[in-house]
Amino acid sequence: MTAVLPSPRPTGGRLIDQFEYGLDAPICLTWELTYACNLACVHCLSSSGRRDPRELSTAEAEAVIDELQRMQVFYVNVGGGEPTVRPDFWHLLDYAVGHDVGVKFSTNGVKLDRARAQQLARTDYVDVQISLDGATAEVNDRVRGAGSFATATRALENLAEAGMRDFKVSVVVTRENAGQLDEFKELTDRYGAQLRITRLRPSGRGADVWDQLHPTMAQQRDLYSWLLANGEQVLTGDSFFHLSAFGEALPGLNLCGAGRVVCLIDPVGDVYACPFAIHEQFLAGNVRSPGGFQQVWQHSELFADLRSPQTGGACTKCAHFDACRGGCMAAKFFTGLPLDGPDPECVQGYGEAALAARDAATVTPKSHLDHSHTGPVRGQPTLLGMPSIPAGPPAAPPTRPCNESPLAGMA
Amino acid sequence: MTSTAPAAALFDPERPWRRARSVALRPEPFGALVYHFGTRKLSFLKSQLLVEVVTALADHPTATATLVACGVPEAQRPAYVRALADLARSQMLECRTEEPA
Repeated sequence: MTAVLPSPRPTGGRLIDQFEYGLDAPICLTWELTYACNLACVHCLSSSGRRDPRELSTAEAEAVIDELQRMQVFYVNVGGGEPTVRPDFWHLLDYAVGHDVGVKFSTNGVKLDRARAQQLARTDYVDVQISLDGATAEVNDRVRGAGSFATATRALENLAEAGMRDFKVSVVVTRENAGQLDEFKELTDRYGAQLRITRLRPSGRGADVWDQLHPTMAQQRDLYSWLLANGEQVLTGDSFFHLSAFGEALPGLNLCGAGRVVCLIDPVGDVYACPFAIHEQFLAGNVRSPGGFQQVWQHSELFADLRSPQTGGACTKCAHFDACRGGCMAAKFFTGLPLDGPDPECVQGYGEAALAARDAATVTPKSHLDHSHTGPVRGQPTLLGMPSIPAGPPAAPPTRPCNESPLAGMA
Repeated sequence: MTSTAPAAALFDPERPWRRARSVALRPEPFGALVYHFGTRKLSFLKSQLLVEVVTALADHPTATATLVACGVPEAQRPAYVRALADLARSQMLECRTEEPA
């Protein structure tokens, strides 16, 4: 009998052990409202660009909010794509807040003019985070596109001027900006905002640039020291728990929460184990099916599986397993590594060894979805058009595109 | 850890308490999630008995009386008082003395 039942949840003990068995509702739910985006960031984890015609309607989105209220999901992280380009975005924001579902949304700032900033400053239970992947326009725009730094900082100015409090600047740490952490902190402080830094995942278009952009081992160590010194004032979304294997545990929850305490609802209502795992293998169901989101969260086979205790695997024998718990599932998956083995960025070096030991014939998994723009985009990022950056010291700032010969790099 | 000392000083178990009005409790298999809509802070009640205590605070004249009424064993009461003090420090609980008698 017990062989076919999930192992029983222990009583008491550490909270982290309880979380491994999952919760009745997610703590941290990411909801991407649209695949449409005005930008074409090279590392977009959801390969966004074009709207999907099957995206949830306003009424369907309201029904999801009603359900989240019933399940007591107290807040959602809204993203995209660029969520604010949805014409009903501001309505859905008010609807969620009016139904006890707080909203934290990520935006590149394109719609945050003075009037919207003032509106947000007046709304309780709303948190805004502006994405910025360089503390300078040079570093940022290479990855996010020309003009995107100016757009983001204008939004930050508008929010600060409107008296908005506790808004965030959200940074994905890359090889190119890892040396700018203090500058990011200064920039953020200047606007009275809070800094949030997260990890680059090889998900979506991020897979295409991961080799080039993921921080070096030396940068990971510096990041770890920086987080130990500054971690209490900086939000991380718990995304650096793999660094805990350097020694001391970092502030926050050191656990892969996929399908246990977090999940993703994508723009067409599909529910994935986490925002970095948009792939059929991590698709648990759809909010449009009978029983809705609650049915998916509480009864999907995939989530039940993710909530059963991990057994075996190379990592469980490592002295640091309790600190890093094998790292990020999505990072392993999209780099073609086994899920019970080391994280590709394992700070003990097992990830590099595992990557090197991959079969030459290894084909890394590709998502079945790609909403990337198919034509040219205004201010397209230049990273991919540039020669690849050698590992080691950070690359020199790029020359301005307008100073470049149209034939640069073509010879 | 170090922060429990001032918390204990702020929390008087001989006064009437209740779950703060802007705080919601979400039952979970291990206890409950506590969420404060104002501060947006999340906390956890790590046992069902603690959930019962927090829920019952409003029905009793003092926190101590609540612990007795809920059947918290005497040996465990100091730990429960510390847990309640932590919750009070993060504004998850409020003292009922501010309202008219």
